[in-house]
Amino acid sequence: MIASDAPDKAAAKGGAPCETETGYNFAYLDEDTKRMIRRALLKALAIPGYQTPFASREMPMPYGWGTGGVQVTAACLKPDDTLKVIDQGADDTTNAVSIRQFFAKVAGVATTTRTEAATVIQTRHRIPEQPLRAGQILVYQVPIPEPLRWLEPRETETSKMHALEDYGPMHVKLYEDIARHGRIATSYAYPVLVDGRYVMDPSPIPKFDNPKLHMNPAIQLFGAGREQRVYALPPYTAVESLAFEDHPFDPGGVDAPCALCGHRGGYLDEIIADDAGRRVFVCSDTDFCERNRLNAGDAQPVGFGAERSA
Amino acid sequence: MIGPPLLRLDALGKRYGRHLGCADVSLTLRQGEVLALVGESGSGKSTLLACAAGRLAPSDGRVLRRAPAPDAPEDPRHDAPPLWSDVYADLTEPERRRLLREEWAFVHQDPRDGLRMAVSAGGNIGEPMMAVGARRYQAIRAEAERWLRRVEIPADRLDDRPSGFSGGMRQRLQIARALASRPRVVFMDEPTGGLDVSVQARLLDLIKRLVSEFGLTVALVTHDLAVARLLAHRIAVMRRGRIVESGLTDQVLDDPQDPYSQLLVSSALQL
Repeated sequence: MIASDAPDKAAAKGGAPCETETGYNFAYLDEDTKRMIRRALLKALAIPGYQTPFASREMPMPYGWGTGGVQVTAACLKPDDTLKVIDQGADDTTNAVSIRQFFAKVAGVATTTRTEAATVIQTRHRIPEQPLRAGQILVYQVPIPEPLRWLEPRETETSKMHALEDYGPMHVKLYEDIARHGRIATSYAYPVLVDGRYVMDPSPIPKFDNPKLHMNPAIQLFGAGREQRVYALPPYTAVESLAFEDHPFDPGGVDAPCALCGHRGGYLDEIIADDAGRRVFVCSDTDFCERNRLNAGDAQPVGFGAERSA
Repeated sequence: MIGPPLLRLDALGKRYGRHLGCADVSLTLRQGEVLALVGESGSGKSTLLACAAGRLAPSDGRVLRRAPAPDAPEDPRHDAPPLWSDVYADLTEPERRRLLREEWAFVHQDPRDGLRMAVSAGGNIGEPMMAVGARRYQAIRAEAERWLRRVEIPADRLDDRPSGFSGGMRQRLQIARALASRPRVVFMDEPTGGLDVSVQARLLDLIKRLVSEFGLTVALVTHDLAVARLLAHRIAVMRRGRIVESGLTDQVLDDPQDPYSQLLVSSALQL
């Protein structure tokens, strides 16, 4: 599961300038803990979509900040890896910056903001726009791994429902959406059926990203620290978003160009641009947006001055 | 009208530690028949019903269920599936769940136990259909609306949640949900408990109509002899976990033989 085609370290941009912390094992966790997590990950990869329990450790960050993802990343990292961390698609938000610095300090690995240069990408709630390739690992931070929780609060019961493929109630949620809103209004954490077997919560990614889960050449790992579960999608796994025959899955998305790079068809954030309440849409994936602008000769769009640097 | 036996209880018993739930109960339930289990509180009626309904593993004895008639004529090259199978010993957990979902239904005394209170009436009725693979929204919705009308709930309440329904409406909704999967056997635990008399009368009327319309086979628990009189073909009187007398409804209520049955019948309120 460890990527072999790591790019040249020198090619990786944005490596943290700080020294590696001494006194910690490589990537913070001790080797026995990493081995335990790797075993859980191997089991998770062997049973795509199945929530594998693991002995989640206390991490030096609060629950909800990606303790599960950080442990999975720590278990996957090796010294020649290049790490990218995104939060809602952005490389420059607090969560992304602090986790990137954390691993730069305790593992001394190269970091990058470029999707194609990274061998391990930890993400909160997005899949990068740039298609992933074989050998890359995408690590998701998961708050609640159980897609059936909304319908059945008992863990003993939901694990039985998974074991027996008793997934009828899952459609009740979608039925309720249509009855109340006229369409399936679930817009993130949209439930999927993995390899025709397990119903899985893809973490709170927008449903716009659900098609990218399907037949993805990268390894996709999901870590839920508080809930002590990992699950996984091995490369090229069939992932189907649940729907009704007469209300098929619709990935949604805004039909507007990005105000910064002009790209259409990506996932956009809505931003209030001035005191008059004017709104613009910009790419949620900051690296993707920056690449587009560099390729186009870095033309500044009119009327939106706030440059977002990676 | 009354067909072959569908369910047989064979020396059924359930113990809760040192306490007795029910003991040595043998009964047969035939197709199209309504059987009432009557007795005072704590006599083991609900325990017996839960065991018979496949929801509570008994300590002793067997619950035997007759396999449904095969759709196609049987292939003589294969062994026919056994006609009678023990719901607990012979069926695997998935088979038992499928049985409870597709062949049997349960109506609880408290509708909150049988309904999803945060889900609309349509979603509640549609759930059993979706559980067996219905994936067309419009078809599920149309069928849910039909059932709502059948249980005399206005069709415009289809998208309302049962938390906003009255007690009587909740109970009728629970019955619609139970019957929507077209079960062969319905188990009812005090379906009219906790409702005032006029609502109770309407509900009894409804159940009676549905039983005859769909030829339902029903096992019913009640402490109210009037309910038993109105709905049941046969009655079994329970006391301290055992059946003390059973027979045709009119026979048991008009001419009880057992001293306890006599006491029970004579203590019923007469107006």
